[in-house]
Amino acid sequence: MDVENIIYHGRIKVPYKWYVGETGSRFFIGLRDNKELWGNRCPKCDRVYVPPIKTCWECFVPTKEWVKLKDTGTVESFTVTHYSEGVAPKDVPIIYGLIKIDGADGSLLHFIGDVEPGDVSVGMRVKAVFAEERTGSILDIKHFVPSNE
Amino acid sequence: MGKRVAVVGFGQTKGRSSRKDVNGVEIINEAVVAALADAELTIDDIDAIVIGNMDHFEGINYVDSWSVEGSGGVMKPIFKVTTGGTTGTTVAMCAYYHAASGMFDRVLAIGWEKNSESDTTGAIITAFDPVWERPNLGGAIAGLALEASKYMDNYEVTERDGARVAVRERLHALNNPYAHLHQEWMKGMEVDQLVELLVTSEQNQVLAYPLRMSDMCPRSDGAAAVIFASEDVAEKIAPIPAWMVATANRHNFALAGDVDMDRNTTMASASKAAFEKAGIKEPLKEIDVCELYLPYSYAGLKWMEDLGFCGYGEGPKLLWDGVTDMDGELPVNPSGGVMSSNAIGATGLIRVGEAAIQIMGKAGTRQVPKDVNFALATGFGGCYWADVMLLGKKKPA
Amino acid sequence: MEKAGIVGVGQTKYERKKDDTFAELVFEACTGALTDAGVGIEDIDNVITVSNDFWDGRTISSMAIQDAAGSYNKDVSTVEGDGVFGAMYGMMRTLSGSFDTTLVVAHVKGSEGNMNLITNAMFDPIYQRKLGIDATSSAALQARSYMEKTGATEEDFARVSVKNQGNGVNNPYAQIREKISVDDVMKSRKISEPLKLFDCSPITDGAAAIVISNEKGMKRFKKDPVWILGAAHFSDSYTLGYRDLTNSRALEAAAKKAYDMAGITNPLMELDVIELADAYSYMELLWYEGLGLTPKGKGADLIRSGATAMDGELPVNPSGGLLCAHPVLVAGLARIIEATLQIRGEAGDRQVKGANKALAHGINGPCGQAHGVFVLGS
Repeated sequence: MDVENIIYHGRIKVPYKWYVGETGSRFFIGLRDNKELWGNRCPKCDRVYVPPIKTCWECFVPTKEWVKLKDTGTVESFTVTHYSEGVAPKDVPIIYGLIKIDGADGSLLHFIGDVEPGDVSVGMRVKAVFAEERTGSILDIKHFVPSNE
Repeated sequence: MGKRVAVVGFGQTKGRSSRKDVNGVEIINEAVVAALADAELTIDDIDAIVIGNMDHFEGINYVDSWSVEGSGGVMKPIFKVTTGGTTGTTVAMCAYYHAASGMFDRVLAIGWEKNSESDTTGAIITAFDPVWERPNLGGAIAGLALEASKYMDNYEVTERDGARVAVRERLHALNNPYAHLHQEWMKGMEVDQLVELLVTSEQNQVLAYPLRMSDMCPRSDGAAAVIFASEDVAEKIAPIPAWMVATANRHNFALAGDVDMDRNTTMASASKAAFEKAGIKEPLKEIDVCELYLPYSYAGLKWMEDLGFCGYGEGPKLLWDGVTDMDGELPVNPSGGVMSSNAIGATGLIRVGEAAIQIMGKAGTRQVPKDVNFALATGFGGCYWADVMLLGKKKPA
Repeated sequence: MEKAGIVGVGQTKYERKKDDTFAELVFEACTGALTDAGVGIEDIDNVITVSNDFWDGRTISSMAIQDAAGSYNKDVSTVEGDGVFGAMYGMMRTLSGSFDTTLVVAHVKGSEGNMNLITNAMFDPIYQRKLGIDATSSAALQARSYMEKTGATEEDFARVSVKNQGNGVNNPYAQIREKISVDDVMKSRKISEPLKLFDCSPITDGAAAIVISNEKGMKRFKKDPVWILGAAHFSDSYTLGYRDLTNSRALEAAAKKAYDMAGITNPLMELDVIELADAYSYMELLWYEGLGLTPKGKGADLIRSGATAMDGELPVNPSGGLLCAHPVLVAGLARIIEATLQIRGEAGDRQVKGANKALAHGINGPCGQAHGVFVLGS
C-alpha cells in the first residue's frame, strides 16, 4: 500500500553558555583589552601553545608561564570554502587558515581576509586585524591579512 | 575466561552549582589528576580510557575527541559510551570489560558534566521521541512524580516517608567534602523535626506533586575518574583493591508509555542477575553498604524493594527503622548520594568510586562504622535504564 | 587471551534518503545479521548499540532503537562513535567471560540532520566553533597540508575517487554506483579547496549489524567464523593547529598493535584486502602511510602504482568505501562486514580472489583524530 510519508520537522534549541576558564579568559582579555595575543609555555617540553592550554597534553603538566606573542604569523595551510551554514560571520567564499603565530608552536585556526582567494599560499606572511568592537571572543580577531612583517 | 578486575583508584571534583574557573576539558583533567594521585600512578601507566557524558548538556559532539587534551587520551585508546543518567555506571562497566577482556591492564573511566552550561531540563526533554512524546512530556521531574504518586497510592506511603529519605541523604552529605549540597542548618536537629519542616515549609516549593524541591537532586558541575586494573596488576597498585564481583544492566523501554509504573522492573531484573552471579541470596544481610543512584526521594523507598532489600511496600519501614542510616545494618549513600551532588555524567561513576572506597577503607569521614565485604553501586537513567555493580573485598574465585 | 570471531553480518542498502525510521533500519540490519548467523535473538547474550545524539537529534539516542535491537531483558550498552569502536566493545565483552555472544548494531540517517552543523559542533565552542569550521573544511586544511608536505596533487586525490567509485559499481549495497574519470573529479564543483564534490563522501542513511562470538559460543553457529586476529584503537590530539595533520601516528600505533597481535610483519604482502575510512579522497593516501603500506609521504606513489586497485597487489575498498556510501557511525561496521564477506568468499562481484586476511578501519573526530583497526582472517 502506498502511504504518504509524513515528515516531522524540528530543531533542538537548548541555550548554552560555555565557561572559558581562567586560562582561556586571560587569552581573551588580552585580545579584548589590549589587542594582544598571549600563549603559554609547557615547563617540560618548552612548547608554546596558542590558544593557551591549562595542561600540556603531551607532558600532562600544568603550563603556567605566559608568553606574549606577536600578532604576525605564517600560513601553514588554508582552504577556500564555497558554502556556509551561517555560523561564520563571513560571506562565501570563506578562507580558513592554520596560522603559525610568531613565537608559538603549532597553529591558530582563523580566517584570512582582504585578499583574493587565488592569491593565498602556504608560507604567506599574515598579520592579525582586530575587530572594532571586541567582546572577549575568538572573533575579537577579525581575520588575518597578508603582511610584509 | 576473562581477567578478574578491581577498582584501584578514585578521584572527583567537589560538586558545585557552577565552575566558572574551568572549562569542560579542564574539569575533566582535575578528576583524572586526582584519580592518578590516589592510585599513585602516572598517565603513562594508563593503557586505555573510557569517557562519557550527555551530549546536549554541554552541546559538544564527540566528547572523547574533544577532551583528549585534558583526559590524557592523546596517543591512547579512548572512546565514548553514553546512556543518559546511567552514563557514569555505563562508563565504569565499559572500563571493567576493557580490563576483563585481557586487552588492557589499567583502564581509566571518566564521567563528567557541567550542567551549569545549559538548561538541564530542556536537554532532557529532547530524550523523548520527537514525534510521539516530545510535544507533550516534561523533563525528568514530571515522570518521577508520576511514579511517586502511584507508589504512594499503592502502599499508603506519605510525603513524610519521602522527606525522611531526603533527610538521610542530606545528613550523610555533611560528612562528604565532595558533596555539592552541604545543608549545615540541618546539623544538630532531630530527624522528626527535619521531616516535619520539609513537608510543611512553604519555602520548600512543590515542583510536581508530590515532589518538592527537597525531594529532588541538584544539578551540578563536576567530574569523576575511576581506575580499573586487571588481576595481573591490581594488588601491586592498591593494598586493598575493590574487586568487581558481578555487574549487569537492563533497559527495556523505547517509549515512556512502556514503563511499568508499579515497579522498577529493570532495576529488579538487573540486580537479580548480578546477585545470582555473585551468589547473593539475602541482599540485606550479605551486602554491607550501598551507593545507589537515587535521583529523588521516593526512589529510596520503592527501589529498595525492587533491589530485594525488603518486600513490596516495606521500604518506609526499612527507612524509619534506621536500617539505611550510617550506623544501620545497611548504610545507604554515605556520600549523600545523587540528591546531594549531581553532575549527571559523573554521578553513576561517583557511586562506583564511593562504593569502592568503602571497601578500600579510604572513605574518611564518611567511612561506614563496620566491616565492608560487599558494596553495591547502581545507576539509573532515562526510561528506566538500570546498571548494577557489586564490588567486594575478597578476590573472586 | 581468548579468541573471538564474527559469525553474522547484516546491512541495509545505503541510500541518500530512506523513509524507514531508525528503529526500522536497525531491525532490518539486526535480523539480517541473525539470519546470516543462523540463530535467533535468544542466542544473543548481550547487545551494543552505536548512535550519536547530534546525528539523531535526541538525547539518549539509543532509546529510539532499543526494542529493534532485541536487547529486551539483556545486558545492553551504547558506544557513541564510529561502529568500529562499537565492535571493539562488543568483542571485549565476549572476551571478558561474562558473555559468549554480542550483537553490535549502528544506525544513522544523514538525511534527517545537517552534516555541516552537526560536525561544526565537534569543534571547541570557545576557540573554533564560531568560525564555522566543520568536517569538510577542516579536512580541506588537512588535504592542503598533506599536499604541501608530500607533493601529492589534486589529481592523486582524484585517482582515489576514481578507483573507489569504480569499485562501488560492483557493490549492490552502495549508494553511488557510477564510474567517473580523473577529469570528472577535477571538474566537479569546488566545495572547500582543494576538495571538490567528488573528493567528498555523500550523505547517507543506513544501518549495519554484526554478531561476535567467543570460542565457547561458536557451537551455536553453523557457519565457520571469521576470526578477529588483531584489534586496536588510538587517538591523537584534538585541537586543529596543535596536531600534525600530515602524520597519522594514531593509525600507525593502532595498526602496529593489531599487526603484532595478528603476527603480521609486512602488511602490503600479508594482507589480501583492506576496507578503510575514505571520508574524503585524500584520506586514503594518508591512511596508506598510517597502515604501513608505504613509507611516510609516499601515499600518492601507491595509488599511482595501481597496487590498491581491484587487480592490484592489495585491493583497497572493493566496496567503493565511504566515497560510495558514508553512513556516519555505521561506516566502520560496514567495513568490518565487507572484510568478513571477502574472507568468506561471499563478496559477489566485488570479491577479491582468495582473500584470507583482511583489514577493516574506522575513524572518529576531526581529520581522522582517532582510529580503530581490525585484522580478520579465516
